[in-house]
Amino acid sequence: MAEAVAPPGRRVLAWAQEYGVYAAVGVLLLFNVLFTPHFLDVANFRTQLVQVAPIVIVSLGMALVIGTQGIDLSVGSVMSLAAALVALYLGYGAWPALLVALAGGAVAGTAGGALVAYVGVQPIVATLALLVGVRGLANVLVPQLVEFRNPDLIALGSSSLSGVPVIVVIAAVLTLLTAFLVRRTTFGRQVVAIGGNRAASELSGLPVRRVLLLVYVISGVLAALAGVLATARLQASDPTSLGLFIELSAITAVVVGGTPLSGGRIRVLSTVMGALLMQLLSATLIKHNLPQSWTQIVQAVIILAAVYATRERGTR
Amino acid sequence: MSQSAAPVLEARRISKRFPGVVALDGVSLALLPGEVHALVGENGAGKSTLIKVFTGVHRPDGGDLIYNGSPVAFGTPLDAQRAGISTIYQEVNLVPMMSVARNLMLGREPRGRLGVIDTARMYGEAERILAGYGVVTDVRRPLRTFGMGVQQMVALARAVAIDARVVIMDEPTSSLEPREVETLFSVIRRLRDDGIAVVYVSHRLDELYEVCDRVTVLRDGRVAHTGPLAELERLKLIALMLGRDLDEVRTGGLTRFSRDRRHARERDGAQPAVRAEGLTRRQVLRGVDVSVWPGEVVGLGGLLGAGRSETAKGIVGALPLDAGRVVVAGLPLRTGSTTAAIRAGVGLLPEDRKAEGIIPALSVRENIALAALPSLSRAGVVSDAKIDKVVEVFMRRLRIKAASPHQPVQELSGGNQQKVLLARWLAIRPKILLLDEPTRGIDVGAKAEVQALVDELAEEGLGVLLISSDLEELVEGADRILVLREGAVVGELSGDDVTEDTIMTSIAERGAESDG
Repeated sequence: MAEAVAPPGRRVLAWAQEYGVYAAVGVLLLFNVLFTPHFLDVANFRTQLVQVAPIVIVSLGMALVIGTQGIDLSVGSVMSLAAALVALYLGYGAWPALLVALAGGAVAGTAGGALVAYVGVQPIVATLALLVGVRGLANVLVPQLVEFRNPDLIALGSSSLSGVPVIVVIAAVLTLLTAFLVRRTTFGRQVVAIGGNRAASELSGLPVRRVLLLVYVISGVLAALAGVLATARLQASDPTSLGLFIELSAITAVVVGGTPLSGGRIRVLSTVMGALLMQLLSATLIKHNLPQSWTQIVQAVIILAAVYATRERGTR
Repeated sequence: MSQSAAPVLEARRISKRFPGVVALDGVSLALLPGEVHALVGENGAGKSTLIKVFTGVHRPDGGDLIYNGSPVAFGTPLDAQRAGISTIYQEVNLVPMMSVARNLMLGREPRGRLGVIDTARMYGEAERILAGYGVVTDVRRPLRTFGMGVQQMVALARAVAIDARVVIMDEPTSSLEPREVETLFSVIRRLRDDGIAVVYVSHRLDELYEVCDRVTVLRDGRVAHTGPLAELERLKLIALMLGRDLDEVRTGGLTRFSRDRRHARERDGAQPAVRAEGLTRRQVLRGVDVSVWPGEVVGLGGLLGAGRSETAKGIVGALPLDAGRVVVAGLPLRTGSTTAAIRAGVGLLPEDRKAEGIIPALSVRENIALAALPSLSRAGVVSDAKIDKVVEVFMRRLRIKAASPHQPVQELSGGNQQKVLLARWLAIRPKILLLDEPTRGIDVGAKAEVQALVDELAEEGLGVLLISSDLEELVEGADRILVLREGAVVGELSGDDVTEDTIMTSIAERGAESDG
């Protein structure tokens, strides 16, 4: 109905806001099919998807947090903590180690969430403290790179399910689960409402603090899982550098996907598309022998374009 | 007032369309220098849109805007403001964290040498300007620590100080105390005498007749009437706004409360729907006791800041209490938890619809379902079928006008937003509703509907606590009235004692006692 009488410019903008990121991915794919040799190789696709999967997983949690007008800067450090915990507990087997790592992520998320929801610390400050502290903790636990040969864990990182890497399958399943969580569950609707107007949500009896806490816990657990998967793929635990700056990639994916930083709206599938777009972009430029610095500049342009498209529509 | 003077601002056949609605359809309005021009109409009549066209927020789709004799097109609100058109919006547009003086002088602070702001002079000047508006206060304090009345005066003083030729006031008195209203009116008259044109938007007829010279009535995006206000009978004005027959309005009365409140409520052994005892919070509430029985409308009277809203918030657990307890239908309520209150069947319609009520970006549907979500879902998964049913029932019952249930609630008019919030509370099947200024800032038609609904709900056995600054509404709507003053109940009126006079007397008498 909005399209009925809106002027053309606004219609284009509204369309770009909804589907821009899909269109951009489509255009980039088309370009590569036409101009990039060997782009259609299955191996190439696998590589791209395996590389982007951890970012996607982290971005899902980030999208939830941003939907509440928050931000989670600690995700990269939580990944490194997960890598450290996996290395320490691998002696008990891959699965116990995985569970310990996820628990570690939950604890970090609880710390951040409690600071935000119950103490009232601003999200950016609370999670910045964790960004610094948690990586420090991970480095204390495992000071240097540790290689491992646990077959279960290596399989998690490199095996495939009917041709699709397990990591990618996990990311896809988590995407669907998150989309379901946001759209169909009481919790998801409450997250969006709290991001949209916290005071009103409180007066409407929503368990605001509990929901906020849980959002950060989910983000922590997802980051920890991404850390374990990345570690499994590396076949080595590297708390010093694993997940460095991934919080920025995740925020980029969320923003490019069209989720407003002002909260009140969460676009799960678009977030995944945002992550894919950035991945595809850097791969394309690398394949055409453009230096990394060009990738960064183009990414900056895309981020600005996305922010322009999602800016407040209130100025009608 | 010089009727013959050329208009300072003139709209000629202005049209403006939004998705699904024609907000303005060929509206013409000439604003003369030195007049106070009332702009009235129901919500959705196009008042806000017209104002926004005047102030550069909206660009018209058709027609011309003539300012000082030549056509203008304001690109932004700042353009309009620079040209001399100032607006005081319903929601005051100032910077809450900055000091009063800063807000007042923003953008034109007195500078000393080196271009540094001369704070001493700024404070002095701010104090002097505000004193002219009857506000004597510490101008160094952040604006947000003051009540709405002071904030409004600061906004007005700011508008006037930047040499405005047209001042537009949208519901300026909606959060002012009577004393502040008087000050505002004297300021408005001063503006008029200085040759400034004032556009005055209000739903309060008394005020219109007191301060306005001419009136333009908008209805459904068109001009229904324009002319001198004094010649227009009150009922005729209402009829024009509503687009109804004069006779109909006459017999219907001014508010839509129909119940005979004199029939004694049989409380036949039942317990109160809610009983609050000794609600206490430092500097705000001093041991307030309130009981509301099923089927009863209890009014809370008193001046701004008497603790009416705080009492309501204390009952639902949105205001931390130092002492006191709340019992709902015989069961004590865990204090400090709105979740517990809502589960027990207590809903609060907040005073500030925009800040505490609606979730602007969410749809009508989601706003209605919000509080009742737990009961509209199974194992944490929301049931679309259940929600659709509830939403449909309440959209029809409350006659919520929206393009569809999926329209964002922020696109609705104030009256419809209020109905959405009422629907949110009715969806939890409440035992008691606390209504804080339920008809503030909504049009006459919606007001009547809300009032009729309150009646109806009480008939059905709901307990209602009604807070209103509109004495007429309290008198006609409530069975019993508790008068609050400085955080304490100072009087209770019921039956034939409930009149505007007795309420005011009660406030005044008790006030004299506690002062002495």
